[in-house]
Amino acid sequence: MLIVCWSPVMVEVWNGPGDKKTVEGPSRMPAPIRLRELIRTIRTARTQAEEREMIQKECAAIRSSFREEDNTYRCRNVAKLLYMHMLGYPAHFGQLECLKLIASQKFTDKRIGYLGAMLLLDERQDVHLLMTNCIKNDLNHSTQYVQGLALCTLGCMGSSEMCRDLAGEVEKLLKTSNSYLRKKAALCAVHVIRKVPELMEMFLPATKNLLSEKNHGVLHTSVVLLTEMCERSPDMLAHFRKLVPQLVRILKNLIMSGYSPEHDVSGISDPFLQVRILRLLRILGKGDDDSSEAMNDILAQVATNTETSKNVGNAILYETVLTIMDIKSESGLRVLAINILGRFLLNNDKNIRYVALTSLLKTVQTDHNAVQRHRSTIVDCLKDLDVSIKRRAMELSFALVNGNNIRGMMKELLYFLDSCDPEFKADCASGVFLAAEKYAPSKRWHIDTIMRVLTTAGSYVRDDSVPNLIQLITNSVEMHAYTVQRLYKALLDDISQQPLVQVASWCIGEYGDLLVSGQCEEEEPIQVTEDEVLDVLEGLLVSNLSTPVTRGYALTAIMKLSTRFTSVNRIKKVVSIYGSSIDVELQQRAVEYNALFKKYDHMRPALLERMPIMEKTASNGPTEIVQTNGEAEPSVVEAKHPPPVTQPTNQANDLLDLLGGNDVVPVIQTTVPTKPASAGGELLDLLGDLSLSGGPAPAPATSVPSSQPAFLLDGLTSPPLFNDIAAAGIPPMTAYNKNGLKIDFTFERANPNPNIAVITIHASNSTEADMTDFVFQAAVPKTFQLQLLSPSSNVVPTLNQGTVTQVIRVLNPQKQQLRMRIKLTYTHKGSAVQDLAEVNNFPPQSWQ
Amino acid sequence: MFALVANQKVVIDWPCFWVVLGGSFLPRGVYTVLLFKMQFMLLFSRQGKLRLQKWYVPLSDKEKKKITRELVQTVLARKPKMCSFLEWRDLKIVYKRYASLYFCCAIEDQDNELITLEIIHRYVELLDKYFGSVCELDIIFNFEKAYFILDEFLLGGEAQETSKKNVLKAIEQADLLQEVWWFQIWPLSLLVFSRISPAKPRHEYFNVPVY
Repeated sequence: MLIVCWSPVMVEVWNGPGDKKTVEGPSRMPAPIRLRELIRTIRTARTQAEEREMIQKECAAIRSSFREEDNTYRCRNVAKLLYMHMLGYPAHFGQLECLKLIASQKFTDKRIGYLGAMLLLDERQDVHLLMTNCIKNDLNHSTQYVQGLALCTLGCMGSSEMCRDLAGEVEKLLKTSNSYLRKKAALCAVHVIRKVPELMEMFLPATKNLLSEKNHGVLHTSVVLLTEMCERSPDMLAHFRKLVPQLVRILKNLIMSGYSPEHDVSGISDPFLQVRILRLLRILGKGDDDSSEAMNDILAQVATNTETSKNVGNAILYETVLTIMDIKSESGLRVLAINILGRFLLNNDKNIRYVALTSLLKTVQTDHNAVQRHRSTIVDCLKDLDVSIKRRAMELSFALVNGNNIRGMMKELLYFLDSCDPEFKADCASGVFLAAEKYAPSKRWHIDTIMRVLTTAGSYVRDDSVPNLIQLITNSVEMHAYTVQRLYKALLDDISQQPLVQVASWCIGEYGDLLVSGQCEEEEPIQVTEDEVLDVLEGLLVSNLSTPVTRGYALTAIMKLSTRFTSVNRIKKVVSIYGSSIDVELQQRAVEYNALFKKYDHMRPALLERMPIMEKTASNGPTEIVQTNGEAEPSVVEAKHPPPVTQPTNQANDLLDLLGGNDVVPVIQTTVPTKPASAGGELLDLLGDLSLSGGPAPAPATSVPSSQPAFLLDGLTSPPLFNDIAAAGIPPMTAYNKNGLKIDFTFERANPNPNIAVITIHASNSTEADMTDFVFQAAVPKTFQLQLLSPSSNVVPTLNQGTVTQVIRVLNPQKQQLRMRIKLTYTHKGSAVQDLAEVNNFPPQSWQ
Repeated sequence: MFALVANQKVVIDWPCFWVVLGGSFLPRGVYTVLLFKMQFMLLFSRQGKLRLQKWYVPLSDKEKKKITRELVQTVLARKPKMCSFLEWRDLKIVYKRYASLYFCCAIEDQDNELITLEIIHRYVELLDKYFGSVCELDIIFNFEKAYFILDEFLLGGEAQETSKKNVLKAIEQADLLQEVWWFQIWPLSLLVFSRISPAKPRHEYFNVPVY
């Protein structure tokens, strides 16, 4: 009888929680299905739609059960809701139910309630504040597991309001003798400090005895708490420096003590605690001679005694290396650390190799020579299959390039560029350009390298590489014949890489006579006829692969050849064909060139004369423009500026205007004595080409021609006017002025890319105390790109005795109005200051 | 979405997200977050189904879903021979595959990736001990237990206990506090005793919770 009576329950127990029959609950409603049963049902769904339908049905049942204030099954319903939440369905309507569960007396209810609160609630919803009181009660509960739940929830999701209210309770628990609560309270305190830093002082008394604790859980969490406090406040850091001997002792005990089964991980005693202590030592020893001295021995001991066959051992070694690198350690120890990383590089485990590369990258600036010794191993990592490792190896390889090893390293890196995934090509190409510019052993090598990059990764290089290369080629006079020959050959092979084709067209146009003359000292000269060269260029004009910009280059090149080649008639024909081109830009050129043939043929040779050597213009402002031969030569810079005299731009015939204008003749005459003035006109036009290549956007195309006439006239007839404009540049502005800290922006336009604005910030301090740890950060809208260079210092000296400067480069391809948000952090009179500001009043010249 | 940046080219998402140098990648009202350790932990299957999620930073559901989706895709696309780390936004992702489950943690740039692998491994060991050679189904059907174990091992993204024994002891004792059905049917425990096989973990027999 008894058995019959109990049997439903029994079946339930035996068949596990998913049994179809459910126990009758005390509620009037039929009992809702169990969690496990629901999971099982949902897993039988074959389609997404079926699953959604099941869930909707269940949600409806759960909602109605919630409405009935059903206490018995609330826990079950919330648990089911949590499962649905994990599947990605909305479960917000369970938020209040979680709070009710937390308030319940039953442990199961509390356990699920707190779990639900952690999953469904966070500080963004005000509802979470309703929990504060429940958590407070539970923190004082008589059962440690209830207290533990409350601590865990507070430490996971407590908002700053909650932390303020409950910090006292946490502090009390941090002082108990119960290690189960103490360890949780310590991590809770970490969370409280992160949320409300000013509460830090409150926990200071409780930290006194934390390190004398035997329990590893408490020790571990205490070290975390101390680390947090030290990182947040310099005062705490100074205060806790006295703990170094104690920490060293604990660490020593850990590595010296024999096997302890409870904390052993493959032969190493409590690696978690060891890593944590090492990290705290790193913070305490940073920039402090005495503390560093005190930990030298133990670090050497850890570095030599740790078993490295398993991942745990390497984790500890890795942390040790980081600590050695950060503190003021002895040089012997640093070498030991780099050698550990060198060993890591040879490890079979990819993870270890990855961390080795990462940490070598961090130390390469300080210990360059030590890292240099592992160069070959690092270069080998370029061939790794793993992208994470490859990327790190690439970055590190570039950091290791110097004047001595450039040839070897470049060979490897170019090989890498050939074979790497597309995602690496852009970075790798710009890395090669930078390194080549810095350390090129010879001009020929430099040109070869850049050409190699253009042939292998042409479509990935940055836009400004074309003008850069052209400038480089122009400047190496003795290499002209060689370069044009190489480029011509490259063109014959492949005309799909646009940047390469553009450079090649430009060079053939410029040095076509050298090409056909077959005089090349560097290489076996090739024999080509003028017609062959013109065939190639015309091929570019009709090729589908060519972009409009490339066609422009090709047409100009053909035009230039009219003074270098004898087959002028053929050129005339080509040019006149494009006078009716559908592409406005091309048509404009063709019409202009046609006019040159017809009306101004006497000026043509002078106009199309070879370009003078361009001076290297670093990214300086227009004020530093060098003028040679009475011509503003680096008009690359000028061309980018808004026209000083704004006239309605008439794109189609600016050159005609220029040449047809009444005042043209005097202009030319005035400059004839110095140098054929027409070269200046051509220079401008050709540089117009360069800037066109800067971006396919129509903006440069319109601004350049319009600036030319104005420039040519002003620049040649009245140089002072030009200088005034150049010197005036973009007006500086004050971006921030508060609490004695003033930040001014000055502007320059980068060369040769007109889209880059170079902003220099000047921070000055008018108060009577230095501002230390000064960090300036900036963010810009998505359409811009931002590059922050290193600041000149992190201390803003008092009473305007000096300024901190930092350069920001903003790439603004769409010429939108510049907006910027800045964030400032610094320490002033011992307290940390943070401020945010938005800068919207940029002068229009800085972005137009 | 965003990143930051000394000496490095970056794209920053404009409207809402601000970034702290060396800090959290996550949008924050306050900029106090410089030291967040583990930012979140995800468990997902080879099919990309989420099995567990633990967030140590406040984010909206939409953001969480977006991050999860993106990360699951990225991790699943990686080949088995690749290393366990991956740079994603300005976080480091440490992941490891155990049978059909991926365990995936997001840590900050300063953190030790190798010890994070150990933390993942420790969690797997704890699950294994508790469930008795754990499999994906255990975690699906007992997801709340998996959370309880995680919360007993990590708190706010930091390990709170370095001894396996202590974690399991705490879990088992807390389990005993739960109001379970077998308490109400204790006279039957004698009858069923013969059917308990040691291969099955204890909780399957005794801790049949009310939910």
